[in-house]
Amino acid sequence: MDKKQKMQELRVFAAEIRLETLKVIASRGFGHVGGSMSMADAMAVLYGEVMNIDPKNPRWEDRDWFVLSKGHGGPVMYATLGLKGYYPMESAYTLNQPNTKFPSHTDRTMTPGVDLTTGSLGQGMSEAVGAALGNKIQGKSSHVFVAIGDGEADEGEIWEAAQFAAHYQLDNLICLVDDNKRQLDGAVADVMSHGKGIGAKFDAFGWDVINVEDGNDVEQIYDAVQEAYKTKNKPIALILNTKKGKGATFAEPSGAHSSQPTQEQWDEAIAAAEAALAEIRGK
Amino acid sequence: MSYTLIGKHEKDSRANRDGYVSAMLELMEQDSSMVHIDCDLMGCINTGKLQKAFPNQTFNAGIAEQNAMGVAAGMAATGLKVFIHSFGCFAARRAFDQAFLSAGYSRLPVHVIGSDPGVCAAFNGATHMPFEDCALYMTVPNAIVIDSCDYAQTYALTKQLAKQPEISYMRLIRKGFTTVYADGSDFEIGKGVTLRDGTDVTIIASGILVDEALKAEEALAAKGVSARVIDMHTWKPLDEELVIKAARETGAIVTAENHQVSCGLGSAVANVLVENCLVPQERVGIQNRFGQVGPQDFLMKEYNLTAEDIVAAAEKAIARKA
Repeated sequence: MDKKQKMQELRVFAAEIRLETLKVIASRGFGHVGGSMSMADAMAVLYGEVMNIDPKNPRWEDRDWFVLSKGHGGPVMYATLGLKGYYPMESAYTLNQPNTKFPSHTDRTMTPGVDLTTGSLGQGMSEAVGAALGNKIQGKSSHVFVAIGDGEADEGEIWEAAQFAAHYQLDNLICLVDDNKRQLDGAVADVMSHGKGIGAKFDAFGWDVINVEDGNDVEQIYDAVQEAYKTKNKPIALILNTKKGKGATFAEPSGAHSSQPTQEQWDEAIAAAEAALAEIRGK
Repeated sequence: MSYTLIGKHEKDSRANRDGYVSAMLELMEQDSSMVHIDCDLMGCINTGKLQKAFPNQTFNAGIAEQNAMGVAAGMAATGLKVFIHSFGCFAARRAFDQAFLSAGYSRLPVHVIGSDPGVCAAFNGATHMPFEDCALYMTVPNAIVIDSCDYAQTYALTKQLAKQPEISYMRLIRKGFTTVYADGSDFEIGKGVTLRDGTDVTIIASGILVDEALKAEEALAAKGVSARVIDMHTWKPLDEELVIKAARETGAIVTAENHQVSCGLGSAVANVLVENCLVPQERVGIQNRFGQVGPQDFLMKEYNLTAEDIVAAAEKAIARKA
């Protein structure tokens, strides 16, 4: 398959993830739409092309790992893993219902394909660093991908983990920063700004930093990962310039962290996501 | 479980921390999946020896305990068995959210070693003196919580902890304190050790209070009082059967701990007594106070952690019998 075809497939996969993410959250009527939707394209690239995985054997020991440190993005992960066949997609529609295997924040003890438990922001980053070191000393050639939010980067633990990863030269660790410019209480710039920028911070901590101008473009994300693979002896941060709520008609304009739209708004958003998928498939 | 009691109240010629290090050297040799993580305190507990012998299994995380705990959990998820050390105050208070969620809730084998428990922090003073470290870990479902008393016990329990599938916390007295047991003694997690039998009262102690309890038993015997002494090294899961038996057979209980009594061994024993066999109980330990700086023997007197305090508590408990 040539790259053009491959990218077309990833665009379709991202549109499918967006539609399913909306349907998963719509099954409860409310949830973390914003930070799920901004991640859809990165999830498509990772699970659609980049990662070495086996959905029938989620804990395959030579797999690539993925840690959603911004654990509230659970629905986008459930949509992605369901579409990849880790479990029947419909089972994710039990999101947050009693005894579900699909809790609000990702949980390694519950959901097939979830490698580490997250929810207390910052912790997934340290866990991912530990997994990268653990895999490395056991001679694995696999990679660990970790996704953090720009709001999450307020947490000191992110930077403790960053210095550890650089010190131990974890070039099998790739951190995707979902730089969607929004956190719960508003714009990151207003709530808690990042000085010279998150990329500058990672650079200062000794990481290789790759800026992805459009973090909602699968080709740019794919190219950045390929570039990251070339780095030796350093962890790599991909700064994904994303839009919070991307593709959710009720959430994208406001960049809301969580949403509880009306049924009418849900219907409109799902119809729009279906139309977007049909349009991309038609290309 | 087979042990030999020495109990002569003699200072241990070896540093207690070397009980941990000796066990880890053997474990790492036998099993390449054994890992130790330290937080810039290798020099305090001699784990530099591990780093020298097993550089691929020993990691310094620097002065960043929260990340160290998360790294420990991530490494454990890749199939490694991870021990992590800091001073008890930091291993508990500072990294607790990580211990609770990244390790405990995630059901991962992370074994936390907290050194300088309670008054053992001595010259580091109040800021480094955890009277609440076990309390925090006892709130983690399924966690094992241990207050070890000497070299031989630390060695044996480290070996046992390495086999445990979920989170544990063990207090580690850093320096040589008192020899309670002979080398080669073995212990079972969750099983208390009856060191002296008796009929009038039972003293349930752990850590540095075990030797004080033995001294108290001797002082009570001289007064014609027959005291039972139990070394309750594991606070969680507590050996409830042994507590209930002691309550039924002696009718009075004294607990003795280097920790807040309201949320430690004393309260754990009280919980069992209330539900099963209500007898008078007196609690020797920290009574709702912060730590302070000073030599350990001064601090043991200051916080009423001596054999004399246990004797007084035993007499009070016996006097309260109906």
